[in-house]
Amino acid sequence: MYAFTFHRPQTLRQAASLLAKHEEAKLLAGGHTLLPTMKLRLAGPPQLVDLSLIDGIAGVAQSGRSLTIGAMTRHNDVSTSPVVQQAIPALAGLAGMIGDPAVRHMGTIGGSIANNDPNADYPAACLGLGATIITNKRRIKADDFFTGMFSTALEPAEIITKVSFPIPKKAAYQKFRNQASRFALVGVFVSKRGSEIRVAVTGAGANGVFRVPSFEEALKKRFAPKSLEGMTIPADGMNSDIHGSAEYRAHLVGVLARRAVAEAIGK
Amino acid sequence: MSITGIGAAVRRKEDHRFITGTGHYTADINRPGQAFGYFIRSPHAHAAIKSIDAKMAAGMPGVLAVLTGAQLAADKIGNLICGWMVHSDDGSPMKMAPHPALANGKACHVGDPVAVVIAETLAQARDAAEKVQVEYGVLPAIADPAAAQKQGAPQIHEVAPHNTIYKWHLGDANAVEAAFKSAKHVTKLDLVNNRLVPNAIEPRAAIGEYDAGAGTFTLWNTTQNPHVARLVIAAFVGMAPEHKLRVIAPDVGGGFGSKIFIYPEEVVALWASKRVGRPVKWVAERSEAFLADAHGRDHVTHAEMAFDAEGKVLALRAKTIANLGAYMSTFSSSVPTYLYATLLSGQYQIPQIYCEVDAVYTNTVPVDAYRGAGRPEATFVVERLMEVGAREMGQDPVDLRQRNFIKSFPHQTPVIMNYDSGDYGASLKKALEIADYKGFAKRKRESERNGKLRGIGFSNYIEACGIAPSQAVGSLGCGVGLWESAEVRVNPTGSVEVLTGCHAHGQGHETTFAQVVSDRLGIPIENVSVVHGDTDKVQFGMGTYGSRSGAVGMSALAKALDKVEAKAKKVAAHLLEAAEGDIEFKDGKFNVAGTDKSAAWGDVALNAYIAHKFSGQELEPGLKEGAFYDPKNFTFPAGCHICEVEVDPDTGNSEIVAWTAVDDFGVVVNPMIVEGQVHGGIAQGVGQALCEGAVYDKDGQLLTGSLMDYCMPRADHLPPMKVDTTVTRCPSNPLGVKGCGEAGAIAAPAAVINAVTDAIGTEQLAMPATPAAVWAALQRAPKAPRAA
Ligand SMILES: Cc1cc2nc3c(=O)[nH]c(=O)nc-3n(C[C@H](O)[C@H](O)[C@H](O)COP(=O)(O)OP(=O)(O)OC[C@H]3O[C@@H](n4cnc5c(N)ncnc54)[C@H](O)[C@@H]3O)c2cc1C
Repeated sequence: MYAFTFHRPQTLRQAASLLAKHEEAKLLAGGHTLLPTMKLRLAGPPQLVDLSLIDGIAGVAQSGRSLTIGAMTRHNDVSTSPVVQQAIPALAGLAGMIGDPAVRHMGTIGGSIANNDPNADYPAACLGLGATIITNKRRIKADDFFTGMFSTALEPAEIITKVSFPIPKKAAYQKFRNQASRFALVGVFVSKRGSEIRVAVTGAGANGVFRVPSFEEALKKRFAPKSLEGMTIPADGMNSDIHGSAEYRAHLVGVLARRAVAEAIGK
Repeated sequence: MSITGIGAAVRRKEDHRFITGTGHYTADINRPGQAFGYFIRSPHAHAAIKSIDAKMAAGMPGVLAVLTGAQLAADKIGNLICGWMVHSDDGSPMKMAPHPALANGKACHVGDPVAVVIAETLAQARDAAEKVQVEYGVLPAIADPAAAQKQGAPQIHEVAPHNTIYKWHLGDANAVEAAFKSAKHVTKLDLVNNRLVPNAIEPRAAIGEYDAGAGTFTLWNTTQNPHVARLVIAAFVGMAPEHKLRVIAPDVGGGFGSKIFIYPEEVVALWASKRVGRPVKWVAERSEAFLADAHGRDHVTHAEMAFDAEGKVLALRAKTIANLGAYMSTFSSSVPTYLYATLLSGQYQIPQIYCEVDAVYTNTVPVDAYRGAGRPEATFVVERLMEVGAREMGQDPVDLRQRNFIKSFPHQTPVIMNYDSGDYGASLKKALEIADYKGFAKRKRESERNGKLRGIGFSNYIEACGIAPSQAVGSLGCGVGLWESAEVRVNPTGSVEVLTGCHAHGQGHETTFAQVVSDRLGIPIENVSVVHGDTDKVQFGMGTYGSRSGAVGMSALAKALDKVEAKAKKVAAHLLEAAEGDIEFKDGKFNVAGTDKSAAWGDVALNAYIAHKFSGQELEPGLKEGAFYDPKNFTFPAGCHICEVEVDPDTGNSEIVAWTAVDDFGVVVNPMIVEGQVHGGIAQGVGQALCEGAVYDKDGQLLTGSLMDYCMPRADHLPPMKVDTTVTRCPSNPLGVKGCGEAGAIAAPAAVINAVTDAIGTEQLAMPATPAAVWAALQRAPKAPRAA
C-alpha cells in the first residue's frame, strides 16, 4: 500500500464534499475490491472516504412491489434477510454465492455495482430485474447504469445510496463459477414480471453485463426452458481467456439460461 | 506396545500451537535492529540488464542500501548450484549455467531477482524499489519446453546449445524395439504433465543476521533441510565457513518440496546483513511466490506400450522433454531422471523398458521436486497406458492389470529399482470391494438417466521412497549421501529429547517420532520432545522430502534407541547388582531375569546421571546416544486408487463422486496421521488433474500469477474419501515402514483422468481437465460416449 489519509464522514453530504475537495479520493465500502488493489499497489488513492459510519445507507426494506437495499448492505445481510428471501429469493441466493464468508461479511452491494467487475454477480441481478440505482444526486435505470467493464454511469463525487428492485413474479440466477476466482465465468439472471421478461448475463461478455433480447423474445411466447431449446448466442463479443473460450462462454449462456428458467418456474 | 506407541492413532502434539496461532514461523521472528529487504524482479522473461541506476532510490527515506548482482559478484558470493550430476548419453556432464543470487548481466525469467533494496521498513524498501531505474534490453523468450530445442529458438545460456541441459536415457533401446516388433497391440499416447505452482500456505521467508564480533552468520529460513542449506551456502556459495553459519528452520507451514531448495533470497539476506550491519528480513508475498518458488512437473511425453496376444506387457518406451526452467534448481536434474524413469515399471512385470529424457532450459521459473517428484509423472505414463491399452483391446482394466502384476519379491525391474515387498493384488482386491466395482454399471445407468456421464478410473501406483541409500544415489550422481541421523538424550528425570536431522513442516514428527520412543521405552509421548531444524542443536541431517522421515529418520532413531537400551541395561545392572546379561527390558522396566528384582526407567535414568553407584572406570555417566542410519534400499509403497466421476456434458464440469484408496505403507506408526497424509496427497493430485496448471504466454509472462487465475483445489472439489491399507512389512528397515507422504499426489492424477476419459469417451484430454477443457474435448469427440 501507499500511505493515504483516512476520512470517516458521518453524513452523505460530508462524504460528497470530501470527494469534491479531493479529486483523487476514493470511497471505501467493504474494501474487498479496493483494498486488495491497494495492497498490490495497483491503486494508490491519497484519500479514502469510508462510508461505514453514515446512517441510513444500509439495510433492506420492502414497500409495495419493490425492495430497496441500502448501498452499504453486506452480501451476507442480503443473503440471510428474511425480507429478501421472501420477496426475491433469487437475489438472496445470488448474494449467498458471492465469494466466501469473509467476502460476504464485508463486501457491499453498492461497492459491487459501482465497481462493475465484468464477472461480478450483482450487476446481473440489477439488469436482470430492471433495478433502479439511487445516488445522492439522481435515479439511474440499470439499463443505463452499466456502461462497460469496470465502468458505470456514475459521475465523479456521485455516491450510490440504495438500489431499488421491482419484485418479479419469477426469477432465478444460475452461476457457473470460474474455478480459481469463484467469480462468475458465466452467470445468467432471468426474471418475469407481468409481460416484462429479462435475461441478463454476467461474466461472458467482453464488455461486461448484457441482456439477451433473442432469449427474452423467445421466453415471451412461453416462459419455459423449452422456448430456449437449441438457442445460443454468437461467440462474437464474448470474453476469451485461459478459463474458457468465447465459444464455451456463449454455449454456457444458453445452458444456464435454460437452467435458470427451469429453476424460476420450479422445475 | 504402550498406548501411545507404534500403531496408535494419537492426536498430533504440535497441532495445538498451530491451530491457536502460537507457533513460531520465520515471519513471526523479529531481530533487534532488523531491516527489511525488497526484491526488484525482472518484468521480462528474457532481457539484458543494461544498467541499474539506484541513485534516486538510495536517497529515499530509510534506505540503507540498494544492492545488485554486480556487487554480489564483487564480494565473491558464489552461484547457486544443482547438486545432482546427470551425464548425457555422450558422457558429457549436464550443462549447468551460472545462477547468481541476483541476476548479473541478464534476467532469464519473469521474477528473476535483479536488485534488492534494504530499508528501515518494508514500505520504505518498496517505495525506494519503485525508484530504482533498471534499463532492460528485451530479448526473445521461450517458454514452451517442446519448442525449446528447435532451430531458431532463443538461446538462454551460452553453456547449453539448443537450451539442452542433458540428453539422457535409461534402458536398452534395441531390446525394446525388438519387443515392439513382436507385439500384438501397441498403445500410444502423447501426454503433458502440467506445470504446478506449489503454494504452501506459509510463503517463503528468510532473516539473515551477521554478528560482526563473532564473525558468524545466522539464517532463519523456511527450509525443509537446514543442514543442506548450510552446506550449500557455506561450501558452494562461500558465504561463510560451515561452522560459522547457523541455519534455523523454525515452524514451517508446508513445503511439498518447494522449500527443499537453496534460493537466492536467503543468500541475499545473509550477504546484505553483513553489508548493512543489520539483520535483514524478507517475507515473500503470495504473488512473489508464484514467480520465485520452484514449480513442479512440466513434462511433455510420448509413450508407447507393447502387448502380446494375451494382454501381457512386452515393453514400454517413453520420450520425455522435461522443462527445468531458467536455471537448474538444487535437485532439479534428478527429478525427471532417477525419480521418474526408474519407476516406469509400475506394479507390472515389464521385461523391457526404454526411456529418453531431454532436460531443457526455458525462460520460466525453475522447476524442481514437488510432492511426488518424478513419480507422479511416471505413474501418469504407466497408468494411462494401462487404462487406454485395456480400452483399445476391449479388456477390463482390472483384468489387464492383474494379469501383469509383479507377484514375487524381490523383483528386479529393467530400470534400476529392486522392489523388496508388496502385494498388489491384495490392495486391488480390497479397493474393488470398497468401491463396489461390480455396481458401477448400474450407477452409470443411473447417472445417464440424470443426463450425466459417469466414469471410473484406476491408478495402481508405485513409488520409491525412503530416499535413499547413499551408495546407490552416489553412483547415480547425487552430490550428498541420503542417510539420516538421530540422537536420543535421556534426562535425569527420565524424559527424553530426540534430535533428528529430519524436519517437520506439517508431517507431525513431534508426535510420530515420540511414538517410536514411547513404544520402545514405555514412556508416554508427553515425556518426549522432538528437536529439529537448528544446525546448532542437531549435528547433521538431510532433511525431509521423498517420504523419507519415517523410513530413514525413524530407522536412525530406532538404531539410537538400541544403543540407549544397551547402555541403560548396563546402568540397571549396576543398580540391581546383577550381571548385565541377566537384565531384561520390557514395558519400561528393567528386570533381573528369573528374580523379582526390577528398576523403573526413571530410576535407571537418574542413576545414569548421579552415577553414585558406578565404580571405577568401566561405565561412563550419562545416557545419550546417537546413530546414523543409511538405508539398504529404497522403500516401495504402492496401492490402488479408484476414482469415480460424473461429468455434466452441458458444462463439462467433472464432479468426483467417490474415491477409494487402499495403500500399502508397510507398518503404520500413526493411522490418523497417515490418513491425513493420504487425504492431502489426493487433494494435490486432484488439483493437478482438474484445476491446477501454470500457464505462460509465448513471451514468457505467467498468466496464472495469482490465486484468482491459478486454481488450487478446494474442499468442494473432493468427495468423502474411503481410505484403507494393506500391510506388507518393509524388509529393509528395522521398523518395517515404507512412507506415505507422497502417495496420494502420485496416484491421483492418473485415477482422475482415467475416470474422466472413461466418462467422455475420448482420450484426447490434457490436464487440468477443467470444465472448459472437458467441454471442448466432448465437442471434438468422434463418437457418442460409450454406454455402460
Ligand atoms: C476473494 C474474493 C472473492 C470474491 N468473489 C466474488 C464473487 O464471487 N462475486 C462477486 O460479485 N464479487 C466477488 N468479490 C467482490 C466482492 O463482492 C466485493 O466486495 C465487491 O465487488 C465490492 O464491494 P465492496 O463493498 O467491497 O467495495 P469496495 O472495495 O470498498 O469498493 C469498490 C469500488 O466501489 C466504489 N464504491 C464503493 N461504494 C460505493 C458507493 N456507495 N457509491 C459509489 N462508489 C462506491 C469504491 O470507491 C471502489 O472504487 C470477491 C472479492 C474477493 C476479495
